[in-house]
Amino acid sequence: MRRRHFLSQVGWGSFWTTVAAMFAGLARTLYPNALYEPSRRYKIGFPSDFPAGSVTARPEERLFVYNNPGEGIHAISAVCTHLGCVVNRTNEGFFCPCHGSRFDASGRVKAGPAPRPLSWYRVSLAFDGQLVVDANEEVKPGTKFRL
Amino acid sequence: MKANRHGEGMLGGFRRNARLLFRNLLDSVVRHGPVDTDQGRAEIMNQNFFLHIFPVSVHKNTLRFGYTLGLGVIAFVLFLILVVGGIVLMFYYVPATDQAYQRMKDLEFVVSNGNLLRNIHRWAAHGMVAAVFLHMCRVFYTGSFRPPREFNWVVGVVLFFLTLLLSFTGYLLPWDQLAFWAITVGTNIMSYFPFVGKEMRYLLLGGNEVGQEALIRFYVLHVAILPVLLLAVLGVHFWRIRKDGGLSRPEEDASPSAPVPLPAAESGAEVFPPDTRKTYGLMELVRGRTPMVDRGPEDTLMAWPHLVFRLLTLSILTLTAFMILSLLVGAPLKDIANPQFPENPAKAPWYFLALQELVSYSAFVGGVFIPFLTLVALMVIPYIDRESTGTGVWFHSPRGRRIAWLAGLSTTAVVSLLLFLQIRTGGMRGLYPDAPQWLVDVINPASLLLLYLIVFFFVTGYVTDSLREASVGLFTGFVTALTTLTIVGVYLRGPNWEFFWFWQSWPVP
Repeated sequence: MRRRHFLSQVGWGSFWTTVAAMFAGLARTLYPNALYEPSRRYKIGFPSDFPAGSVTARPEERLFVYNNPGEGIHAISAVCTHLGCVVNRTNEGFFCPCHGSRFDASGRVKAGPAPRPLSWYRVSLAFDGQLVVDANEEVKPGTKFRL
Repeated sequence: MKANRHGEGMLGGFRRNARLLFRNLLDSVVRHGPVDTDQGRAEIMNQNFFLHIFPVSVHKNTLRFGYTLGLGVIAFVLFLILVVGGIVLMFYYVPATDQAYQRMKDLEFVVSNGNLLRNIHRWAAHGMVAAVFLHMCRVFYTGSFRPPREFNWVVGVVLFFLTLLLSFTGYLLPWDQLAFWAITVGTNIMSYFPFVGKEMRYLLLGGNEVGQEALIRFYVLHVAILPVLLLAVLGVHFWRIRKDGGLSRPEEDASPSAPVPLPAAESGAEVFPPDTRKTYGLMELVRGRTPMVDRGPEDTLMAWPHLVFRLLTLSILTLTAFMILSLLVGAPLKDIANPQFPENPAKAPWYFLALQELVSYSAFVGGVFIPFLTLVALMVIPYIDRESTGTGVWFHSPRGRRIAWLAGLSTTAVVSLLLFLQIRTGGMRGLYPDAPQWLVDVINPASLLLLYLIVFFFVTGYVTDSLREASVGLFTGFVTALTTLTIVGVYLRGPNWEFFWFWQSWPVP
């Protein structure tokens, strides 16, 4: 390699490296390190608030809470697994208003573009006796929490 | 006391300069002579900063309305309306989730001309999307992307994409139901992008949830990053038009031999007559053919007034049309954002409804794969279709015109058939309830439509032995599919994205 060719490459290389490093630094700043979002562990009330056989919609937490007589309690996410719209519940199951996905009462996909069934979340009991739904932790569909 | 060159003393000079102050000021600002000679008309184009992006004289074909339809100019005028109006709107808008919607109501009911300004900002955005798209169609169908203009077509596709992004980021700002659910759906589509999708969504939202961080990010994109980017790319687009020799034109117009009379409106005058003595001082520095010998140079007209006055006329017509529209029709504003429930149906603005229809078949194929492929395909058109015949002729040839008809009609039929099958059978999941997701992604109306267009391209190319005519077919198929799906999305989809005919009323929830 000729010397002037080498020096030219070093020059251009350092120029573009500087530019790239500057933009990489700027982009890194836009990537937040701390989030101030609400916790995704929801305290939803005492078991007595959910009578046997009831289905309770929790719009704030985007959940449906079921109390199945003799089987226990389970919580299904109301967020469509397709593109994140909130589904509506009917007796046959769940309907997404945005792109027409349909799910049966246990959240299995029946029609439409949704790639996965609706999430089932871990239900547990807090020390004060209230039910806790942890939206960070999915469980196998069919898993129910017995008191 | 020393006398100046006018033989006046200091006081005399002061009086004289004071008297001529305004005249001298004007002379220093406006440096061209009177525009009643071609010399003056050339000077004004050359010496005026704002006019010097135009040539001194333009080819007569450039001024033919039936050739350009004025679409590029209309798109640019709408962009100017959006910039000027948008800056005024910024004085009242606050990008905060608890204030944005109230600020919309303020603009609507309290601020003087606020409603008009908001309306025109919204409608001009709709208009710009339409104008840019139609401009792209015009450039395609007249074969104007041929060398040396091929890269300017790519720049144009980038501008189209930026226009869509600006429009998208704009309608998120009112923080109404449309805004909230459009951000939700839009960023979720992005998360289907292979490998980096989830990270891109996190970066764009500034977290995992749609909220304050997301709003301010989209605001900065909308008012700073995207407009500046668009303006820079637009500069390149305009500059390249000049460097590539002005607008494209048909072959026979490229080498005239006789003086051509002006269009009827300016009868009486003549365009530049052929001048065999014309030479170019820069001929050793510019690319292209050598100066013409034994032949007239160009069929050109002075840009002032022929081009400039046409631009001004089109500008005020565009402004007036959108002003009237904005006085008559209010810009849509939904209910305040409610993160608990989307509207039913939750529809995007019309220019994204084809996309919404596509993602209702498959989020990955309809939302990522096909849009990405379309953008890439659009960008490479000028590098695939490198034939040189028929530049500047609408649809290339009579046969090209027939192929465009065939592509348009057959694509309409194919889209209708696919839609019918999808609704009748419920798609892959309706036929096989346990179909795995990859099968739903691979076989659905979106992917089958794509397959049809690709087959149409190669069959047409094989039959006609012309890449150009096959491209005309493919592009027409793409435009037709987009239009048909948009009509379906706008008129034929109801609650839960179910199919309803025009005359069927939607069920009341």
